[in-house]
Amino acid sequence: MRDMTEKKKTQASIVLSLLAVVIAALLLYCVNTYTKPTFMLRTVLQLGAIYALVAVSMNLLNGFTGLFSLGQAGFMAVGAYTFAIFTIPVGSRSGVYYLYGVADWLANIQFPIWGGLLAAGLVAAVLAALIGAPVLRLKSDYFAIATLGFAEIVRIIVGSTPMNRVTNGSLGLKMIPKFPNFYFPFLIAGICILIIALLLRSSYGRAFKAIREDEIAAEAMGINLAKHKQMSFIISSFFAGIGGALMGMFLGAITSTTFNVTLTYNILLIVVIGGMGSMTGSVLSAFLVIAAREWWLRFLDQEMVIGTFHVPFLKTGFRMVVFSIILMLVVLFFRRGIMGTKEFNWNFILKRLDKKKDAKPSAGGESA
Amino acid sequence: MTSTSFLQYCLAGVSIGGIYALIAIGYTMVYGILRLINFAHGDIFMMAAYFMIFAMVDFALPWYVSIVLVLAATVALGVLIEKAAYKPLRSAPRMSIMISAIGVSYLLQNLATYLFSALPKGYPSIAFLTKTITIGSISTSVVTFITPILTIVFVVLLMQLINHTKIGMAMRAVSKDFETSQLMGIKINRVISFTFVIGCFLAAVGSILYFTPRPSVYPLAGSLPGLKCFIAAVFGGIGSIPGAVLGGFLIGLSETFIKAAGYSEFSDVFTFILLIVVLLFRPTGLFGEKITEKV
Repeated sequence: MRDMTEKKKTQASIVLSLLAVVIAALLLYCVNTYTKPTFMLRTVLQLGAIYALVAVSMNLLNGFTGLFSLGQAGFMAVGAYTFAIFTIPVGSRSGVYYLYGVADWLANIQFPIWGGLLAAGLVAAVLAALIGAPVLRLKSDYFAIATLGFAEIVRIIVGSTPMNRVTNGSLGLKMIPKFPNFYFPFLIAGICILIIALLLRSSYGRAFKAIREDEIAAEAMGINLAKHKQMSFIISSFFAGIGGALMGMFLGAITSTTFNVTLTYNILLIVVIGGMGSMTGSVLSAFLVIAAREWWLRFLDQEMVIGTFHVPFLKTGFRMVVFSIILMLVVLFFRRGIMGTKEFNWNFILKRLDKKKDAKPSAGGESA
Repeated sequence: MTSTSFLQYCLAGVSIGGIYALIAIGYTMVYGILRLINFAHGDIFMMAAYFMIFAMVDFALPWYVSIVLVLAATVALGVLIEKAAYKPLRSAPRMSIMISAIGVSYLLQNLATYLFSALPKGYPSIAFLTKTITIGSISTSVVTFITPILTIVFVVLLMQLINHTKIGMAMRAVSKDFETSQLMGIKINRVISFTFVIGCFLAAVGSILYFTPRPSVYPLAGSLPGLKCFIAAVFGGIGSIPGAVLGGFLIGLSETFIKAAGYSEFSDVFTFILLIVVLLFRPTGLFGEKITEKV
């Protein structure tokens, strides 16, 4: 009997999830068809999707495995540069590398966009595998500093003179292929987030959470710490690389300063506001934060006069001050963020609806 | 490399190393007591530079008044940060307090961008510090010459304070065992505030010495020196003051010589690689275990 209701519940939530995806797709279709190409909402949604992917990948490491990494921007840089190097059309390369010329081995290689994205993720993952073995031995805050240092190393090397003929040195790369259509970033981010979600539901995901809660206990239960930490680090970096590539496509031009520490902090802000250890929280907060930063709070950066009253404080940069204060408030007073470690789930909503409908408690526990 | 230019580089390296040492002490002391990487320390260093601009350019105060004001304002800022952002999280998991430190760093950077704009601002020059002097065959500015001397003086004073005063003893006790020292009647919050006072005072001194020979200040000017000084602290063994000083001098010297050899682009890469290597082979740093002068 109980099995039946559980089964029904799973079916219901699958149906509801599919329905939600269809509705989201329809909404995106409407946005695409009925808004002007310059409308802010389009930019916000696309950038939100990219940040959602990067935030979820950071959360996989920081929130689910309990490894506080500050290297996200480094892996994004690797991904973005790999993607750009291999997908800038061969024809326009002489224009991009006008000062130093392009390396000979590179001159005639061009990947399709899918290949470029995959390469971006793979190169980031390989790099993570290389540095992971030594760096993952470090304890919490040393690990944070080492990954931060690694991100800076990547940034410096990518923008340095010996790399001129590959990464175009300090000039950066431009003419990176744009999104082939409006839906592209949503599709890629959606697929990647789905893969991470499935991973977290598997035994690996449970092992990650066990490591987060207590390393010694996890090891005692037979979880191979080194292997799982390494795995989490590599997977997180893989998706950060893809996120970086999407960011490159979105921006169209990148330099090594695009991926400085501030970018990592921005992503960390999203993860913290969404809740460390909640994927749906990260996605939600990515869209909220980006919408607020790029759209709703834009007015904070402009001087404003209402009648004869000159509104104080408003000038360039105030928006980011407000943002940092919000982050501090969340850190100090709402340490759990929007979702804490909970995930959005249909059962909870269904239960609520049930309760309202026949005013009696429904059977079955709510899963966390 | 002639012997003259070698000496010149040595002096430059020791000078920048002295500044790194001063800032590294702030990191190492806070870490010793709170077990927290104070990510905001580099930005406090940057804010001190802006305070100096404020005092000397905007209010046209004489340099001796400005220096006192800058030292006072920086210390006040540091203590305020401790009270507002770190104290409420004392019993929270370490990750939260680290995020709080990152948040403060982010806030200070954005605040500086908002208040002083992202464009570099000229740093006021203090006439007697920028004068050029010639000793033997090397000529250098006064500030380069007095930086290592000042550093040594401050370090000696600090060691006296820690080893021979009551508050110093309290600091040593707290860094050994937080809870037990609390039970022994040490007022933890006072000790922590005092640690921040010392750290920020030295950061302000470092800031004046660092920016005087440099043309300008910008809101992110503190983040890279901050990271390097943290590396210096780790290198010397975090929690140990002599270690931090030695680490600062070593990083300053090696950086200067790498720049002199023509690899200036990669001097920071070297510093970060040094960090990772040290962490892997000797996580406790040079003096981490031998000298238990943890503060």
